[in-house]
Amino acid sequence: MKRRDFLKGCLACGATASVCGMSKKAWSAGSFEGYPEAMGVLVDLTRCIGCRSCEAACNKEQKLPEPTTSFADQSVFSEKRRPTEYAYTVVNKYDTQKGPVFRKIQCNHCNEPACLTSCFVNAYTKTKEGAVTYNGKICVGCRNCMIACPFNVPGYSYSSAFNALVKKCIFCHETRLKEGNPPACVEVCPQEVLTFGYRKDLIKMAHERIREMPDKYVDHVYGEKEVGGTGWIYLSGVTFDQVGFDTTLGNEPIISNVKEFLGTVPMVLSIWPALFTGFHLLATKNKGHHDDHSNSHQEDSHK
Amino acid sequence: MKTFRAQGVGVVDSLYKAPNQKWSLMEKLFLGLTPGQYLTQLFRNPFNWILAVIFAVGIPMIIGRFIFGLSWVTHSSNDYPWGLFLGFGLFGMVPLSSSGFQLGTTCELFGRHDFEPIERLGLLNGLLGYFFAVCFLMVDLGQPWRLPYPMVVSFGPAAVLFLVAWHVATYLSVQIAEVSVAFFEWIGFPAGKRGIKKITLGLTVAGIILSTLHQGALGALFTYAPGKVHPLWYSASFQWLHFFVSSLPGGLCMVIVVSTIATKTMGWRCDERWNKTLDKLTVALAKGASMGLATYLTIKLIGIAHDNKWEHLATGWGQWFMVEMFFGVVLPLFLFAYAIRNNLVGLVRFGALLTVLGVVLNRLNTSMITFNWKLAEREIPHWREVIICITIYAIYITVYRFILYRLPILYEWKTADELATVPVNEKETPYQVAGRTASAGTYRSMTDNLSSNSYKSMDDVT
Repeated sequence: MKRRDFLKGCLACGATASVCGMSKKAWSAGSFEGYPEAMGVLVDLTRCIGCRSCEAACNKEQKLPEPTTSFADQSVFSEKRRPTEYAYTVVNKYDTQKGPVFRKIQCNHCNEPACLTSCFVNAYTKTKEGAVTYNGKICVGCRNCMIACPFNVPGYSYSSAFNALVKKCIFCHETRLKEGNPPACVEVCPQEVLTFGYRKDLIKMAHERIREMPDKYVDHVYGEKEVGGTGWIYLSGVTFDQVGFDTTLGNEPIISNVKEFLGTVPMVLSIWPALFTGFHLLATKNKGHHDDHSNSHQEDSHK
Repeated sequence: MKTFRAQGVGVVDSLYKAPNQKWSLMEKLFLGLTPGQYLTQLFRNPFNWILAVIFAVGIPMIIGRFIFGLSWVTHSSNDYPWGLFLGFGLFGMVPLSSSGFQLGTTCELFGRHDFEPIERLGLLNGLLGYFFAVCFLMVDLGQPWRLPYPMVVSFGPAAVLFLVAWHVATYLSVQIAEVSVAFFEWIGFPAGKRGIKKITLGLTVAGIILSTLHQGALGALFTYAPGKVHPLWYSASFQWLHFFVSSLPGGLCMVIVVSTIATKTMGWRCDERWNKTLDKLTVALAKGASMGLATYLTIKLIGIAHDNKWEHLATGWGQWFMVEMFFGVVLPLFLFAYAIRNNLVGLVRFGALLTVLGVVLNRLNTSMITFNWKLAEREIPHWREVIICITIYAIYITVYRFILYRLPILYEWKTADELATVPVNEKETPYQVAGRTASAGTYRSMTDNLSSNSYKSMDDVT
């Protein structure tokens, strides 16, 4: 009778614990290659002249606040900027042996986004059009996505007390991409740096450009494989590490690093209850469980 | 308080003030003093004045954070989303709170009832540590009023943080249940105590599961940032083990530190059982902590060897890493070994303090100091961020002290049976009262009654 009570207790608590933990994990499926109809953008760094018209277009399209200096101001290139809550895309200038190279930074819209997999309320969505969108209505503001993003893209409105949100490029999903239109930055680019299309076509196009002009490009399409592939992919005339790209990220999606831990979760949940209840039975066998209560002066206190 | 005790003021340690006269709730809250006496001791304690200054400065700042936003109080930025609130408050406090499940396991699961005098302190230390870690989190979250969202509104079950949220929430309830035994005794509600006693083992096992997973999960959070955490503090395979295993000595040593502070600053509240057993238990806890530290050191080295990161040790980061490992792990390990062998309790306590600081330093290193090691700029916390951290920690200390003063954590609650056997005049000087044999005997009969022989009959069956 009492024994049953105690086993029931164990079961109840074990069950509670597993229900809480159950749904997680087991996401160990193979890598996700992206939606077949996903759109992307090919960025050809060799064509960019640093006019910043993409920044201006983004600012207007996303109704962001006026910047302190105009978009014609070239002095911003003196420092390396990153996307913030006020600018979802920025262009940086890098001095290389082939002269200045400009690089546009925005969300790369990963196939398996780290932000999405790190979010505990599922505020991020990878849409079938290829955009990684964000739902500010459920975001709790833990900022784990900013920790997780390998490209340091999401910005946060720290100054807002009541509606602090993550701010990042969403591929103009609501206003354009849903209707199949290219994002504002692509449309405005005067140099055809940016090419909008199906991601799978863009990858072919990128490799074609490299094949046609092997002297102009380094033989690498950044984002084709990096962290599981990104929606925005890059061609460059100089090695990517010279223009601020992190070339140490590897080809595995970020979530792969976490899977080893996630894999242990169901094991712990299923094995621990029996294991430790067993320890208990062994440890208290032939020992009146409560007889040595407060008998604290026993000699052996080895733990 | 000491002064009042010397004047012969009785201390609340049972339901009864005198035979057939119960303490009222107000009297219990005022520690058996009159309101006037209570205020006198309150004002006389210099530490209270320090706390008052901290609160006067810090609490307006906490309110300000919710009016002017995070940017008013922190230097958290787009590159460094997590500052001191999480680095110290969440990642630092949670490992030091693993004491709850460890002492629960030792006493209830392994049947080591010789650890019982310190079990409740371990449980309380766990509960408060978690609770205040959540308080730190509330200050840091962009939209803290949405904290229950992962439970009710929208689920992100693939996220490690989802697991942390659920497990910390569940574990907080488990710990409240465990600590409530002391509360039920104090308030005089034996039925509640009996109820909890029946499910103690279940709670304990749930505590182990939840602790293993979320202590580990806090580490696994950093596996989302493989390029940002410095390689010496990062290991895809072992990160969760590093965090989990280091939390074990961290929690035990925190109990040693807190018990030391409690004994030194509130001796009037400790009963004879506590005073007699503390030194022995401190050494016993240190033995456990040494094993934890040795294991931790081993898997840290395995982590480095596994990914072949030895060359990083030669860099400046590597020297900092070795400083952390030496003062937080290796030195305490030697101190413990020497102190345990020669039964030097003072040295054990010093080693415990080092271990606690070492664990906190490790969390700060992982989450802030070496985070973004490839970026040129380090984040230096805003001065308001530091003050808010100190303030919340001061609130933590205040609540901790408030509970230790009252609930039977450092002393045993006397039951009616037991009081009946003790002459009233002796009751007022409880230091001499608890003739051990007598109290042990009555306690045994009490627990037998309370647990309705559940374990006994169980053992009979087996």
